[in-house]
Amino acid sequence: MLDVADLHSHYGRAHILADVTLHVGRGEVVALLGRNGAGKSTTFKTIMGLVKPTSGSVMFNGETISGAGSHTICQKGLGYVPEDRRIFTDLTVMENLEVGRQPEREGAPAWTVEKLFSVFPNLAEMRNRPGGRMSGGEQQMLTIARTLMGHPSAILLDEPSEGLAPVIVEQMAQTIGALKSEGLTVLLSEQNLHFATLLADRAYIIEKGRIRYEGTMADLAADEEVRAAYLTV
Amino acid sequence: MGFYFAQFLTGLASAASLFLVASGLSIIFGVTRIVNFAHGSFYMLGAYLAYTLVDAWQAGPFGFWGAVIIAAVAVGFIGAAIEFLLLRRIYHAPEMFQLVATFGVVLVIQDLTLMIWGAEDLVGPRAPGLDGAVEIFGELVPEYDLALIVLGPAVLGGLWLLFNRTRWGTLVRAATQDREMVGALGVNQSWLFTGVFFLGSLLAGLGGALQVPREAVSLLMDLNIIAEAFVVVVIGGMGSIPGAFLAAVLLGEMNAFGILIFPQITLVMMFLVMAVVLVVRPWGLLGKAEAAARPPSGAAEPPLRVAGGMMRWLAMGGLAVLLLLPFLTDEFTLVLLIDIMVFALFAASLHFIMGAGGMVSFGHAAYFGLGAYGAALLIKFLSMPMELTLILAPVIAGIGALAFGWFCVRLSGVYLAMLSMAFAQIAWSVVFQWYEVTGGDDGLLGIWPSEWASDKTVFYYLTIAVCGGGIWALRRILFAPFGYTLRAGRDSALRVDAIGIDLRRHQWFSFALAGMFAGIAGTIYVFSKGSVFPDEMSIPRSVDGLIMVLLGGVQTVAGPVVGAASLTLLEDFISRLDYWRMMLGAVVIAIVVAAPQGIAGAFLQLIPARWTGREETA
Ligand SMILES: Nc1ncnc2c1ncn2[C@@H]1O[C@H](COP(=O)(O)OP(=O)(O)OP(=O)(O)O)[C@@H](O)[C@H]1O
Ligand SMILES: [Mg+2]
Repeated sequence: MLDVADLHSHYGRAHILADVTLHVGRGEVVALLGRNGAGKSTTFKTIMGLVKPTSGSVMFNGETISGAGSHTICQKGLGYVPEDRRIFTDLTVMENLEVGRQPEREGAPAWTVEKLFSVFPNLAEMRNRPGGRMSGGEQQMLTIARTLMGHPSAILLDEPSEGLAPVIVEQMAQTIGALKSEGLTVLLSEQNLHFATLLADRAYIIEKGRIRYEGTMADLAADEEVRAAYLTV
Repeated sequence: MGFYFAQFLTGLASAASLFLVASGLSIIFGVTRIVNFAHGSFYMLGAYLAYTLVDAWQAGPFGFWGAVIIAAVAVGFIGAAIEFLLLRRIYHAPEMFQLVATFGVVLVIQDLTLMIWGAEDLVGPRAPGLDGAVEIFGELVPEYDLALIVLGPAVLGGLWLLFNRTRWGTLVRAATQDREMVGALGVNQSWLFTGVFFLGSLLAGLGGALQVPREAVSLLMDLNIIAEAFVVVVIGGMGSIPGAFLAAVLLGEMNAFGILIFPQITLVMMFLVMAVVLVVRPWGLLGKAEAAARPPSGAAEPPLRVAGGMMRWLAMGGLAVLLLLPFLTDEFTLVLLIDIMVFALFAASLHFIMGAGGMVSFGHAAYFGLGAYGAALLIKFLSMPMELTLILAPVIAGIGALAFGWFCVRLSGVYLAMLSMAFAQIAWSVVFQWYEVTGGDDGLLGIWPSEWASDKTVFYYLTIAVCGGGIWALRRILFAPFGYTLRAGRDSALRVDAIGIDLRRHQWFSFALAGMFAGIAGTIYVFSKGSVFPDEMSIPRSVDGLIMVLLGGVQTVAGPVVGAASLTLLEDFISRLDYWRMMLGAVVIAIVVAAPQGIAGAFLQLIPARWTGREETA
């Protein structure tokens, strides 16, 4: 469903991504693992059209999306949940959701505000609260819910567990599991191997902007050497 | 009692148009992050269009109000078209290029208006049905004023509904905070931007159209209103529509009552109010810190380059040519070269605070003018010799910059740009209106150099020594610890503060220093011309400086010199033609669209770094 081939990205003159190649199948949850600064967020931003790739291609549902604007990419059904949440702090919960709203799409799970509130019950209790006055965990829920309002068929989830308390992380894992069972395809970036293990079918490991490893979660769990080399334990 | 109440109502009425213009400016800035200089031009266009339509339709089916509304909508479309054709291409250019490009639009609209409507002021008819006056507490208050008093809050309410009760408004508010994220959520930003421009321009046009029965329509409307709108936005808080309303009322009342004491006091009061507000609430009465808006993902600015081998040889070669030129050319060329050197120093002083300090002053001509007027007044009133004024006049300019700079360095980015411009406009107004001392519009004449320097060739060498020395000194400071601290502060104010350096004080001194060097340029200028006029400190002069720096590129130290030479030569050439402002505007726009690095910057990109110098690794 999502095919990334030989992607290269630069910030100014700094070469950040080199030869990134990824594949995510329909209905799969795939983890992109790597340490701080490995290039996970840059990969997502490049897929999303927020950073223009210098070469390489991104295909989504058989269509080339690299080079398109981020709104076009989103309208094709690829949702993006940024790492630092980027909630509109002046807007209420309902208004934040409104910004994410898009027409429904065939072949993708459809969402309504009420259905989202049943998945994220905390949010239902603060419909008119400004985004700036929510806790980190609540904001993380809101940013995911906001993206789902666009009825995506696949989402890029950038470090959903970052900065959250362990209890909330468990809760988050369950929620993402629920999204998966709705049929949503997920590409997830993580430093937290445990969190990824709870959810992902397969994993890629990125370091210094290059993909160093590719395998199932089970393989990775067995491969202590790889984990020691590329991940913080 | 009745009189003061009537005066109060006049103040409210005059606040209406100002509010419309300022709110439009604020809305456009909020989403596009562009401070649209041409916003005053939209106001002016609204007035001219309404004048024509009212004239034609007054008795017709649409009547006065139809004419006003259609003029406003037409201006909305003009604004949207300019966004679509021009600004869309420069959203990724640095902030200051955008400002300069919109100033190019100002110039083009100026001349187009002149072409279509002529230079004469136009006096429109009263609004039919509202041409009488009502007696309130024994005073006559024009009906039209009462209509405006109602209209202001009505528009405020309408805008509130638009932004809080519609999807479009919600998207605009979201985009004000993080437009990139709004795009990633599937919203086509381009159309949002165009829509916002339409609305903002429409409000400006409406403001202008509504003024037709109240004041003569003239070509001065654009810059007058934009300066006032900047003040309103700085006082009210950028991005806050209620803030714009509050500040517009405050300013309107200040004008209404200030005029009772004496007209000039309103300027001083404006200055004081702004000062108090900025000290107590740096982001304006109802504004929020600018840092709230998120910059889009992308690359950081390249560092300033230290001139290396080849550049140094080029500079030496250039100097040698300059020294030899009097033997090869005529007096006209020398005069032009003196102009170029004066403006090179002026641009270099602006570059000093822009490039190194990250402070973009839109009112740098104030200090050029203070130097020029300082010298002229010292000679006129104290009969000082030229040599002494060459030292004292720049000091006067430096003191002026020290005073204005104290406020300016408290702000950053576009706020600083707007505030510095407002100060310059105030300084200009004082010079323009204080006829007894400055001669007002007639200027001061007969300011000639001392006997020994009165020969053009001698004066030319004097100019090389003073301006060349000034540029050299600025360069030295730029690469001294003071300059490094400034640049570090530009890149990360927090970090510099964290290591215990008082950054604001550094910025303040650099602002004053830059003002002083601009004053030196102004002093030489007045002696080379023999006269000085208020134009020397007007907004277009300030913008000239910016264009020079941007033409040359902010990233190079040689930039301002190249920029000053290019612009002076260009202006010398085209100012002999009709409608030269329009051409200058078009050239400026073309340059920003084609070479956002500036001429020198674009040139530098073509040649390898090892020729032009090493890159700093600071
Ligand atoms: N705007 C930028 N300009 C220049 N370099 C950047 C920019 N953003 C990120 N980088 C650099 O790109 C590299 C990859 O960063 P990226 O944010 O993609 O890493 P990451 O894997 O998401 O890390 P983290 O786990 O900390 O979020 C880092 O070396 C970083 O310093
Ligand atoms: Mg990241």
